[in-house]
Amino acid sequence: MTMKIRTKPYGELEIEERQRLIFPRGIFGFEELREFALLDSAQPPFYWLQSLQRMEIAFVLIDPLFFRADYTPDVDPAELREIEIKGPEDMLVFAIVTIPEDSSRMTANLQGPLLINRRTSVGRQSISTNPRWGVRHTILEELALARRGA
Amino acid sequence: MLILARRIGESIMIGDQIEISVVDIKGDQVKLGINAPPQVKVYRREVYTAIQEENRAAAAAAPKSLPRIEGLLEKKSPSGAQPPPRGLPPGGSASGSGSSQSGS
Repeated sequence: MTMKIRTKPYGELEIEERQRLIFPRGIFGFEELREFALLDSAQPPFYWLQSLQRMEIAFVLIDPLFFRADYTPDVDPAELREIEIKGPEDMLVFAIVTIPEDSSRMTANLQGPLLINRRTSVGRQSISTNPRWGVRHTILEELALARRGA
Repeated sequence: MLILARRIGESIMIGDQIEISVVDIKGDQVKLGINAPPQVKVYRREVYTAIQEENRAAAAAAPKSLPRIEGLLEKKSPSGAQPPPRGLPPGGSASGSGSSQSGS
């Protein structure tokens, strides 16, 4: 089954039902936004998390493992239970990306990962308990480091 | 806002399951001990605020056309821009990388 939605990056778009996500508590700072669509972007490795309630709100996402192979969300197990994640195979993890005017300075928020139960399409933003992860990791610098094998 | 005065070793109860006690006071710093059931999550207010603010910044900044990571990387690496030494937090001390560049 497909549905037609309006998106910030691509205008009107038809999506599959399985791309529709529910965040029962919204995300921090946008607690009223509960319904989203997960979109592939034209520019991998990015994805879009498009609000279905406010067309002008869309977040750029990235798989943290793309630039931090050592990333684990390290969230309180109670938060995983809340969205009924029983094992790693149930879970999708994304970080929200902030892209400033100088896009080479783009950062990813690894302290507030988005966790999504891929079976139920229910997600939440969690807070990592690991002090290694901050809200602004510079993607290009950390990717360059990883590629140099440092 | 309810305001209560407490001494070291004294505590307050929030409901019947959450206890917050004053463990120590040194200068302007107070050490609190928190006993709460596991489903009650306790965070420093700054962490929560930082994530909220970063979400707002991300939503405001998100450009319609996204950059190409590979293109940016190629542009970046030949210029010899030194990434910060490993182990520093992002945006951390610039003095480390500055000193290593000055020798070249």
